[in-house]
Amino acid sequence: MSVFLSFTVLGIVFGAVYGLLAIGLVVTYNTTGVFNFAQGAVGMVAAFSYWELWQNEHWPFLLAIVFIVFVEAPLLALIVEFVLFRRIHGATVERSLMVSLGLLVILLGVATIFWSSPDIIRAVPPYFTQSNGTVLSVHLFGSNGVTLQYQQIMIVIVTAVVGVALGLFLRRARLGVAMRAVVDDPELVALAGAKPYRLSQMGWVLGFMLAALAGVLIAPLVGQTGLTSVQLTLLALNGFAAAVVGRLRSLPMTFVGALILGLVTYYAQGYLPGHINAGLAAVLVEVIPVVFLFVALLVIPAARLAPAGRLAVRAVPRVASVRQSMAGAALLIAVMVVLAAIVGATALSTLSQGLALGIVGLSLVLLVGFAGQVSLCQLTFMGIGAFTMGKTLGGDSWWGLLLAVAVSGAVGALVALPTLRLRGLYLALATFAFGAVMYSAFFDNSSVISDGTSIGVGRLRLPFMSSVSNQAELIEVAVAAALCALLVGLVRRSAYGRRLVAMSDSPAAFAMVGLNAVRTKVIVFSLSAAMAGLGGVFYAGQQGGIGATDVQYIGSLTLLLFVAIWGIRTLTGALLGGMTAAALPVLQTHLPTSLADLIGLAAGIGIVLLARHPEGVLGMTWLTNRVRLPFGDAQNRVEPIAVEREVASAA
Amino acid sequence: MPPDAEGAAALAVEHVTVRFGGVVALSGVSLFAEAGVVTGLIGPNGAGKTTLFNVITGLQRPSSGSVSLGGTDVTRARTYRRARLGMARTFQRLELFSTLSAADNVRVGLEAGERSAPPSAAFDLLERVGVGEEAAAPVSSLPTGSARLVELARALSTDPKVLLLDEPFSGLDEEESATLGRLLTSLAGEGRAILLVEHDTDLVLQLCSTVHVLDFGEVIASGAPDAIRKNPAVQDAYLGHGKDAE
Repeated sequence: MSVFLSFTVLGIVFGAVYGLLAIGLVVTYNTTGVFNFAQGAVGMVAAFSYWELWQNEHWPFLLAIVFIVFVEAPLLALIVEFVLFRRIHGATVERSLMVSLGLLVILLGVATIFWSSPDIIRAVPPYFTQSNGTVLSVHLFGSNGVTLQYQQIMIVIVTAVVGVALGLFLRRARLGVAMRAVVDDPELVALAGAKPYRLSQMGWVLGFMLAALAGVLIAPLVGQTGLTSVQLTLLALNGFAAAVVGRLRSLPMTFVGALILGLVTYYAQGYLPGHINAGLAAVLVEVIPVVFLFVALLVIPAARLAPAGRLAVRAVPRVASVRQSMAGAALLIAVMVVLAAIVGATALSTLSQGLALGIVGLSLVLLVGFAGQVSLCQLTFMGIGAFTMGKTLGGDSWWGLLLAVAVSGAVGALVALPTLRLRGLYLALATFAFGAVMYSAFFDNSSVISDGTSIGVGRLRLPFMSSVSNQAELIEVAVAAALCALLVGLVRRSAYGRRLVAMSDSPAAFAMVGLNAVRTKVIVFSLSAAMAGLGGVFYAGQQGGIGATDVQYIGSLTLLLFVAIWGIRTLTGALLGGMTAAALPVLQTHLPTSLADLIGLAAGIGIVLLARHPEGVLGMTWLTNRVRLPFGDAQNRVEPIAVEREVASAA
Repeated sequence: MPPDAEGAAALAVEHVTVRFGGVVALSGVSLFAEAGVVTGLIGPNGAGKTTLFNVITGLQRPSSGSVSLGGTDVTRARTYRRARLGMARTFQRLELFSTLSAADNVRVGLEAGERSAPPSAAFDLLERVGVGEEAAAPVSSLPTGSARLVELARALSTDPKVLLLDEPFSGLDEEESATLGRLLTSLAGEGRAILLVEHDTDLVLQLCSTVHVLDFGEVIASGAPDAIRKNPAVQDAYLGHGKDAE
């Protein structure tokens, strides 16, 4: 009995913290229309700040908490709202998703810069201890009962008070009611005399404060042996799951979802190990929330999502002609042949990796750029391709390559099938959950790939060569990337390509001309996953294997961001995005530690830019007017005659 | 008006009710649209006209009631199935494929039928609705009036038997309106059933052979334009809410 009670207590305490994160998410979503993927990252920054102020600067702990929740978080929120989100109010789901993912990468970058040196253990001691360090607690229900720590009681009380206060504020207070109205119709709220952007600011501030509170409260629970940025950021997954249970709208249901999730997670952790595969048991706490999220997405009726924006299109991507595509492909191969002959080993491997990731980038152009379906698990498909290649016929055969493409394509179709009725945000969340669960339960499962190692994958065998040199590998990848670029261009010029774009532009009109979105989606998902799998074959071949670190979901996000920053609808953008993702980690090892997180920095600059130029760097007309891009990538400038739906207050 | 002796009506809506939570958006709405004529649907703002269109096209599931197309019950059919059975529509809030050209908007519709359409077919349709010269233009660069016409051309691309038009005249100037009016008459002359939602009551009464009036989710009158004009309930509905100022 006492075991059961102990897990119940843990479940409720963690559930309460997830609840805080989740209601912050819901409040921000309902006032701004943006689903803040970085909610967990905000909590993470708060937890680190707390460690910094309390343990490093020796502030009184209460002062540190008050400062973080009431000064740091609101300030950060105001900056983020002003720099990133004010411009994209009313933008499409993909775009606001992309910007909030960018925020996530930036905050992870910030954490890497300040709190990543491995020689310091960032341990956060529990709240309420005796002078000898013993955690204060009370024991209930006698010898078979349960011990409650003071800090656990405090967390539940704080959460309850905050939850009730917030509920009253949103229902009763004038400002609260206005906040709930603003996302439905900013113009109307503006007419009623309120300033929509002020309300959005409030939404961000409240969301950040709740995330910060959650981060500060959970820090001693998860940080006794040291805080890590990735672990803290992933707590957000729990928040996502709870928010989905509340259909992104209801605060009480969100709380209920959070509590159920907390309980399920800890009961599972208490009772499942011993009954299941040991590798899986080790990652159970990570897997349960993801599975919970996935099931919630599929079972709970989709929320009435915030209205997608209809910002007037300023630039329309031009479709490359056959000749332009061929010229681009030939140029790519020629440049790589020359480079293969002259550059050193590091550059060779970076180029190969970059092109392999570029192939994955091309798969994103197809899926996200054309069809408007956001996938946050593209590296998972890449990993599946590489894994299949490695396990087939010696790991270097052409049959292995075909099988790898087929298996990743099939998995792509399988992922697409249950998620078909999901759109936009929900689809993105489902793919994120799939990537996360594949990472924890498959790639990071010690019974699939032993801890810390990788599955060997060979380089694609070439006729008349006993082994494939680094130079030959680069040319191999270049040819594959060029063929993939040609294929994507071919698809875009075909009737099917027009169909993809049409589905993305207007699902209602798409159905109204008699087209079945289900079929179109499954095919494009499958095609895209197959292409990502092909990229994986070359990626793994270059480095000789594939392991868990290659397919982390943050990698999928970063690659998507880089492709988007260059231009999600351009072939050149896909290849440059892949190159960027491969080159930055290499570059930053040559730079002083103050620039240790180039990825975060680059993503930061890129995202600020993306908030202003939805078509990315290559969509900036001042650039495309001066520079001729390969593959005929260019934009037709469109004078915005159609009414533009900007935030009424932006004027 | 029951189905005629030839067979079922091109489009029949029977006893359709839609509830959003506690709000009744449509209450027992029945109406028919016959092939070969333009049928009008008018009513004050918020009367439920667009909701009814959404029910007919399958974008909104009715709480009860049925929709049938040429005698085939399509109440439970998905939108794309209804389209394949010969239904097409335009939208009050434009739903164009915004990153494609005008011609490609129409081509998507032509290619949906999987019949091999000649390359000029898209242009011909655009020409017919009067925006042939805009074929290569990205639709997002078109003024609202022309964009509406591109939407109409796209709706025609599937060669529909039943054409639902949601305020096609808004954004058009007088001359364009007159042209569109003639076009609708000629489309009906080809044997299509056209159901027209329009704000401009005079225009509807002039174009349509039958008019249904919707108010607060209920059909308060159906009949020939003259009868509608004199109907006291209709006058009351419009005068009661004030004739729409939009």
